[in-house]
Amino acid sequence: MTATRRPISGKADAEPRRPMPYPRPAAPDVVPADEEKHGPGRRGFLGWVLAAPTLMVAAPMAGGLIAPPRADAAIPSLPAPSDLFDLGDLQDLAAVATSNLITVVVHEDGTASFALPRAEVGQGITTSTTMLIAEELDLPMDKITVTLADARPELLFNQLTGGSNTTRSTYHAIRSAAAVARARLVEAAAAQWGVAASTLTTSDGVVRGPGGRTAGYGSLTKAAASSTLTKLQVAPKSADEFAVIGTSRNRVDALAAVTGRKTFAMDLKVPGALPTMVARPPTINGKPKSVANLAAVRAMPGITDVAMISTGVAVRGRTFGHCIDAVRALQVAWGPGTEDGKSDATVLAELKRAEIPLLVPGVPLLTKTVEGRFTFRFRSNSPLETGCAVADYRADGIEVWSSLKVPIVFKEQVAAKYGVALDKVKVHVTEGGGSFGRHLFSDTALEAVEASKAFGKPVRLMWHRTDDFRQGRTHPMATSRIRATYLAGNVLTFEQRHTSVSTDFTHGLGEMLTAFSAKLPGGNYTFAQSIFELTANVPYNYGVTTQLLNEVDLGFNTGSMRNIYSPDVCTAQELITDQLATIAHKDPYTFRRAFLKNARGRAVLDKVAQVGNWGRAMPAGTAQGIAVHSEYKGYCACLVEIDCRPETVNRKIREAYTGPRVTKVVFAVDVGLVINPTGLEAQMQGGIMDGIAQTLTSSLHLENGAFLEGSWDHYFYTRQWNVPPEIQVVIMPSTSTSPGGAGEFGVAASMAAVACAYARATGKLPTEFPINHNEPLAFEPLPTVPPIPQSPTNGLDSAY
Amino acid sequence: MPTQTFIVNGEKISVDVEDDVRLLWVLRDILGLTGPKYGCGLDVCKACTSHINGKAFNPCAVQVKDVGPTDEITTIEGLPATVGRDLHPMQEAWLEVDVAQCGYCQPGQIMAAVAKVREKGGALTQADFDEIRNICRCGTYDRIREAINAGAAKM
Repeated sequence: MTATRRPISGKADAEPRRPMPYPRPAAPDVVPADEEKHGPGRRGFLGWVLAAPTLMVAAPMAGGLIAPPRADAAIPSLPAPSDLFDLGDLQDLAAVATSNLITVVVHEDGTASFALPRAEVGQGITTSTTMLIAEELDLPMDKITVTLADARPELLFNQLTGGSNTTRSTYHAIRSAAAVARARLVEAAAAQWGVAASTLTTSDGVVRGPGGRTAGYGSLTKAAASSTLTKLQVAPKSADEFAVIGTSRNRVDALAAVTGRKTFAMDLKVPGALPTMVARPPTINGKPKSVANLAAVRAMPGITDVAMISTGVAVRGRTFGHCIDAVRALQVAWGPGTEDGKSDATVLAELKRAEIPLLVPGVPLLTKTVEGRFTFRFRSNSPLETGCAVADYRADGIEVWSSLKVPIVFKEQVAAKYGVALDKVKVHVTEGGGSFGRHLFSDTALEAVEASKAFGKPVRLMWHRTDDFRQGRTHPMATSRIRATYLAGNVLTFEQRHTSVSTDFTHGLGEMLTAFSAKLPGGNYTFAQSIFELTANVPYNYGVTTQLLNEVDLGFNTGSMRNIYSPDVCTAQELITDQLATIAHKDPYTFRRAFLKNARGRAVLDKVAQVGNWGRAMPAGTAQGIAVHSEYKGYCACLVEIDCRPETVNRKIREAYTGPRVTKVVFAVDVGLVINPTGLEAQMQGGIMDGIAQTLTSSLHLENGAFLEGSWDHYFYTRQWNVPPEIQVVIMPSTSTSPGGAGEFGVAASMAAVACAYARATGKLPTEFPINHNEPLAFEPLPTVPPIPQSPTNGLDSAY
Repeated sequence: MPTQTFIVNGEKISVDVEDDVRLLWVLRDILGLTGPKYGCGLDVCKACTSHINGKAFNPCAVQVKDVGPTDEITTIEGLPATVGRDLHPMQEAWLEVDVAQCGYCQPGQIMAAVAKVREKGGALTQADFDEIRNICRCGTYDRIREAINAGAAKM
């Protein structure tokens, strides 16, 4: 392992805080075009001091459109829709509609607090949000508490966590609220001391005045508060004044995580909320018809309740161990599932029937054509924390705790389903143990409410691991066909036809799209096509470029897995790009460099080529691969080295899939403005592990209407024996005054680079992902009845 | 109902529960020690990794009757006390390297790391890392490796 984990650009971690003058210096005369389009620019931050006993400041969300990129090489392609206006822009635009609703509060003990209307699921947004407040409030991070807001229906579309959009959509608003709060505290001190506010400075939560006078924020907050709504405008800090933004900060919840004190839904101690599980059907989405031994299971040790609910048979007991026993004992008659009889082969055949034909382009004689069809198998987006929710259905209202990325929609669903007023449904968003798209869906929480109502008691409902794999959400199976034409140094055409089992977007984003669809370039798209068009692009000048999606609605429980379509779309593109390079007699790096549309793309590509020593001599059976991806207003590139030699591929580790090993990864990322380099690096590292898994090892096998995987020793997500010994993430210097997206950004280029490296090492173009999917099953599938396995009893034998 | 007696984080406890209930549920659902996480209940994901008499094991795969009155169970909550400090050196290394993302697997990773470093007598090699089966679905394996060997140097 290299010791290169902190080669992070940006400012030094421990830079001393400079006292900030007030008012801040005037904004520069020339506002960068990007800021003019994106942010408050020189107009300053706008905020309202709310009527409250201590200082409470609200600020509007902000957003905007970007300028089209300039193409300056090869045959320019028209910008893809996502170049001009991407999914995040849509989310930004939607957020503008619900302004002045986020509030920073300054307390009498000198601390500040903020309830973030987003879900923290490991991506680090509570930390980055704390940084934004610390920056503009001039208050140390350890005096700022960021919690997750309950569902707030008045926020309409502005409480959805997805699309790597949190920082993009909240960056200006949160800073505005903090900056206005700081200005108000300064004014309060100036009034108390009878001096001009312009003579005061702030640092470390203290206002400082002439003659060494100081006042802590806590002592000023009552005076700074207002009994009426008061509008304030202040100048933002300019980028060269940033002392927190752009510096590496460790996670604010790290201590809680390493001591076991971090609390997830499963850890909540809500009185009476006993462990609850659900016996699930043997095939996908089957419904329970009857239970033969209800009374006997109710009488089992530790079991308090058993009832049929819409998705299965719920049991409630003293411990989850008692619940597992009860679930296994239940004799349930099941109705048919939604996918009975379907298998990988039948789904693939349906996809092939639905593929939109590639055109035969009208290109000159002697044009060379490159074609490929790639298949991407079902994958599980299950996080390590299985589905879990605490619910308490009472006569006077319903209260729920769960990790929910779209809590408003869930709250509205519950209110509508049970016919109760919206204000009688309380929805608390808990910290999530990962998400990867899973928590866009509230099915676990809906089930918990149903079970609580059936039992008339609070429940802490948990999915078994096997449930999560077999009945949880999946990244849909897809094919991607590409045909590209090449003549005399130019790519003339590039067509991509992506055909996918439909991705379920019913989690509420749909309303947002409906509301804003008229503003989309190109007019009315269907929902999935819109998402596809808003995320897909080809970063190269490949002449006439078209990318189309067709979806087949087969009723699977699908969802947007981390980075939605992009990893598959990018992998197909980059494999074809290597083929084009071959017929152009150029190496993959040189070829990409010549065809990339813009300088930011070339910069990340050059960086990985240089740091990763592209083109170095390597033994037979090993190779480098290189790939570029553009999304979320950012650019990234990945260089990997892979070892496909038999002695590596056939390594023996018990109950493990070893296979080809990625031995080195160099990843460069440019997200525009970097908020927290160490957090950004972490997200890229995670994306790299996902990319490796999706190319080499991770998939679900569908057989007879059920998925075969039931454990982490069946679903081969990256484990230690698959981890590259050498990983280096290079954070590029900020290229913008606005942040892009990070949480999902590492996956696509990593997946593609691994695929390209594999092709070069083996001399065979891989067309099936993961590449091991059609090998003989590497595990013995668990039975489907009972639906979950019993826990082992021999755990002491393997103690070490 | 049988009474089960054993030592948890230095404290002798007795709990009335059936013999075959797995220790994980006794710790979490009855004793309220939620540091060990549930990730599979199959002795696979290792999120519940804790120590028995100083050795790493997975309480999801041990019946409570198989833990005797003198057996000392240490969960993440009790790890610092084993070295008489507020934080174990491995936890400190974890903070320095900022390993955690969602944090769900982290107690198990740390408990596994401490035991594996003890077993190997120091810093881990590539081959040693392959013996750690704990899943991190966020994929922070690189920092886990860095923290393990930083922690090993201080143990």
